[in-house]
Amino acid sequence: MNFYEQIMNLDRRWVYLVIGLVVVITAIFPFDVPLYVTPEVRSVYDYVESLNPGEVLMIGVDYAPEAMAELHPMSYAITRQCFKRDIKLLLCCLHQNGPGMVEQVISQVSKEYNKVNGVDYVYLGYKPYPSITILAMGQNFRIPFPEDYYGTPLDSLPMMGGITNYDNVKAILNISAGSATEYWINYANGRYNAMLAIGVTGVMTSDYYPFLQSGQIFGLIGGMKGAAEYEHLAEKGGYISREKDQLSAYKSMPIQTTTHVVVILFIVIGNIGFFLSKRKKSRI
Amino acid sequence: MSLEEGKIMGTEEIIWNAVATFLTLCIFTFLYKDNPFYKFAEHLVVGVSAGYFAVILYYNGFVPKLITPLRQGEWVYIIPAILGLMIWTRFSKKWSWISRFSLAFYIGSGTGFAIPLYMQNYVIRQLSSTMLPVGFTTWALFTNILIIIGVLSALIYFFFSKEHTGFFGGTAKVGIWTLMVGFGTGFGLTVMGRVSLLAERVVFLREYFIELKYYLYILFKYGLPLS
Repeated sequence: MNFYEQIMNLDRRWVYLVIGLVVVITAIFPFDVPLYVTPEVRSVYDYVESLNPGEVLMIGVDYAPEAMAELHPMSYAITRQCFKRDIKLLLCCLHQNGPGMVEQVISQVSKEYNKVNGVDYVYLGYKPYPSITILAMGQNFRIPFPEDYYGTPLDSLPMMGGITNYDNVKAILNISAGSATEYWINYANGRYNAMLAIGVTGVMTSDYYPFLQSGQIFGLIGGMKGAAEYEHLAEKGGYISREKDQLSAYKSMPIQTTTHVVVILFIVIGNIGFFLSKRKKSRI
Repeated sequence: MSLEEGKIMGTEEIIWNAVATFLTLCIFTFLYKDNPFYKFAEHLVVGVSAGYFAVILYYNGFVPKLITPLRQGEWVYIIPAILGLMIWTRFSKKWSWISRFSLAFYIGSGTGFAIPLYMQNYVIRQLSSTMLPVGFTTWALFTNILIIIGVLSALIYFFFSKEHTGFFGGTAKVGIWTLMVGFGTGFGLTVMGRVSLLAERVVFLREYFIELKYYLYILFKYGLPLS
């Protein structure tokens, strides 16, 4: 077996070992990664900046713990930005394993900014069947959610006075790891013309760029890189700080960078092996 | 809670994070080969997720959408309840035909809701966003040309009623390259997504071990576990 064939038949565990070593070394010796903020992330940040205190932003948190790494940093950064600017939040969850995600973010950040449930934010809770729930919320939030997550009737919450449906929230921000985004675009934006921006996992990002180009969404935060960009903007804006807050997406960027370099090297080596062994075969 | 927030983990957090650390390492062992530790962690995730979902669904769907309305005398809710029960007849060969009524209702209503909006938002809106001004004076106008060429050539690649030869075949090849660029973007973002998960876990492990070191130092030096 010659060198090219050895490259082609390399045990995948060697790849894992090299990546593992690179990841561990980078984690032990982290470094600063310069970040370029993309226009699609900046447009979400700028939109939140343009809101006045007291206005309501809706956030659909539709992910489970397996997507925490990419999406939790977005939820934290946006919630902190909103609370620091006194923007009211209306939150809901359309992922079956996600109610705890919202609860974790909102309980922690509301304590940091002394925000009161029912006055500064309302957490509607979880309901199954995203499409039906989104359509029903377009008529009245009280149809799918007569009570909030904690069992309080919506009508008895001060913040919900005057809030009936999407017409009464400035925009919707959907942070999602699944098909819920499709439903938000199709039903909330398509049926009710609600202003919509999305934050999605890296895997999903490329699927939603056409909707950005068509204007169906006004912003897109893609994966951990997008989350790090948002954290970077929020840090510059003074909403979060490296010392006080965790900035978990930003902290992962060095590992992301070095691992990508290794993956690219393996792709190049694999392709060299492939083309050279092909050339050798054609000579024979 | 982390050192960067100026707090050190208490005993409870140390224990629960030790469980998380152990399960993370169990999952990582699969990279070498399948083993009982990986299987244990995998089964635990599946079991906990299914159990959590069942409870959440019961309290957020079944109770407010069936039990509570029936208790309040809203008997119209008995109709969806019956339709739901009819689905269970699928387990009987003799009576499974009854479930088709429920499925027909579900598929019919779902399709009715979805098709007009999908046509509008996934076809017509996307088509209209391809009808763009073109030119060579600005970069934006030039990239609009690329979008139009990409869309048309990719559509031609999927047109199989005419042989892919000559100009038509050449355009189809451009379509293949367009699709390849799309798949490449998807692959790159998938790698980024998977690496993100790994990076987050490694950062978690690093911070946990730093916290553990401080916890053990305080424990052995002062003999007091932190609450």
